[in-house]
Amino acid sequence: MEKKSFLLSYYEKDKGGGIFLAVLMAVAIIVPIFNLLVPDSSPFHVSTYTVTLLGKYLSFALLAISLDLVWGYCGILSLGHAAFFALGGYAMGMYLMRQVGDRGVYGNPDLPDFMVFLNWTELPWYWQGFDQFWFAVIMVMLVPGVLAYIFGWLAFRSRVTGVYLSIITQALTYALMLAFFRNEMGFGGNNGLTDFKDILGYSLQEDSTRIALFLVTAVALALGYIISRMIVNSRAGRVVVAVRDAESRARFLGYRVESYKLWIFTYSAVLAGIAGALYVPQVGIINPGEFSPLNSIELVVWVAMGGRGVLYGAVIGAILVNYSKTYFTGAFPEAWLFALGALFVIVTVFLPKGIVGLLNTIKSRKKQPAEETPP
Amino acid sequence: MNQLDKLREVMRRDRVFDFVATREPVASGRLDTRHGPILYLEGVSVSFDGFKALNDLNLYINDGELRCIIGANGAGKTTMMDVITGKTRPDEGTVFFGQSIDLTRLSEPEIAQSGIGRKFQKPTVFEELSVFENLELAMDFDKRIWANLTATLTGEQRDNIGEVMTTIGLLDSYNVRAGGLSHGQKQWLEIGMLLMQNPRLLLVDEPVAGMTHQEVENTAELLTSLAGKHSVVVVEHDMEFVRSIASTVTVLHEGHVLAEGSMDDVQNNEQVRQVYLGA
Repeated sequence: MEKKSFLLSYYEKDKGGGIFLAVLMAVAIIVPIFNLLVPDSSPFHVSTYTVTLLGKYLSFALLAISLDLVWGYCGILSLGHAAFFALGGYAMGMYLMRQVGDRGVYGNPDLPDFMVFLNWTELPWYWQGFDQFWFAVIMVMLVPGVLAYIFGWLAFRSRVTGVYLSIITQALTYALMLAFFRNEMGFGGNNGLTDFKDILGYSLQEDSTRIALFLVTAVALALGYIISRMIVNSRAGRVVVAVRDAESRARFLGYRVESYKLWIFTYSAVLAGIAGALYVPQVGIINPGEFSPLNSIELVVWVAMGGRGVLYGAVIGAILVNYSKTYFTGAFPEAWLFALGALFVIVTVFLPKGIVGLLNTIKSRKKQPAEETPP
Repeated sequence: MNQLDKLREVMRRDRVFDFVATREPVASGRLDTRHGPILYLEGVSVSFDGFKALNDLNLYINDGELRCIIGANGAGKTTMMDVITGKTRPDEGTVFFGQSIDLTRLSEPEIAQSGIGRKFQKPTVFEELSVFENLELAMDFDKRIWANLTATLTGEQRDNIGEVMTTIGLLDSYNVRAGGLSHGQKQWLEIGMLLMQNPRLLLVDEPVAGMTHQEVENTAELLTSLAGKHSVVVVEHDMEFVRSIASTVTVLHEGHVLAEGSMDDVQNNEQVRQVYLGA
């Protein structure tokens, strides 16, 4: 009873989020039905390609939420958030690689193909355990989390803020990209990890597996949204916003600003890692290109486009920009980067609060603000 | 008897070994004002790139006192505040809060939690949060993350915020975004946040800048009413305002205390007239 009233008040406070969750749920129900039950010949049939594409968008949306938490709410503009996404992706990729077993080109039951190719005789220590799914899942969260914790601890303790922090996050992802490009690192070098066969025993080529992955991504996005929403709605969330608006004020009120920053940064990195782990089995490849600084910057554009400081805004931005990316790169391959640049300029100049800000302005113009009463 | 004298020699109170002396640990967390002053600054010096912002500053603030600090630009007023609140570490000298809390060893949040509140020169509030939320965050509670993830306000705490909103005259705008307030209202909101924090010592930097005449009067009234229960240190340029509230005035000049006393004493002081009042 009490729980119900809690949920009710929760939705009243967050209408946009409620709509987003409802739409997400509807998509998660309708898409599998139209894929599996509607025959191929019907115009309503949703191809498996589309399902996978949607799943990819949803994992990007989760990544956008994670950046929005640190940038929109805490004011830390991370230009290296794709690094955490890619690390989560690599952890999942390593599991998928081990699942290939002796079905690789070289038929080695233990070593992935690229290791055989490099004449390696045994599995490096950091590949141990990745044959277990539970281990990979832990690593998906642990590796980005620990990296973010160490990085954040050093950066925030030294009170590195603003553009300097952005630059070193950019350097972080660039350094990781260079490292992962090296064959000696043992992550497949230039080619990354690919040619996955199955996950938990189900073939990745099967429609049903694809649908399941799509659904898992949708659920993860919904959960990620709800948990993040609870955090920003809590008093700790308001402290995070306070740190963004007036860091020294928060400090002189007795808040350990560094711990709050570190905590939200680490949580966000874990979320990004999970998004990466959901992305990899759907696209079937992870390579060092995912660390490229351009990816992190694109991610910032998604969030800016949707509306930073609003969680569902980040989701809208991620899906919209990626949909247009799919469209543009198909229709006019050369034009995409120009379109992206133009989008960014338009958003920063005309829509400082993104699409969500625009919607809110239209809405508040339509109706007068309601009478407020003191508590 | 001889033996006894020898024993007495060993036991002399002024010559005990360090480990015998039961010193209270630094920052025991308990504020001790038995000896009168709540704040001790002794021989404090701070220099920035050779410029001595504070030069052998000695200042004592009594418990419950309302003290005004005046001084020309660059006299070291804000640096002094920075030293007390832990933003700047002194090169030399000691800063004690009560008898036992060594402020030079504490971080800014620790100092704030030990009971020192500060209002900045430029009104600094959380612009995107509402007036109510600003005051809520200033409240004196556990400031750690895990506690705040699940924290909700009790009725008593709500009443407390309501009282402060009445005091600072912002009760009607409780749900207004703090960024949308006027300059004077922001000043008051920040003072309100100090009240929520309920500190023993308030450091108030230029509280009446940008306020209307009526607001200045109200601020004077508020600060005077706070003295007694809290100790208040006000840095201000507005001499009218200082005259209206202060019993004791300290004049800083080049990082050093030039004069201290009542407003009349200070204004009649020859040195002060020369360097500051210019008359």
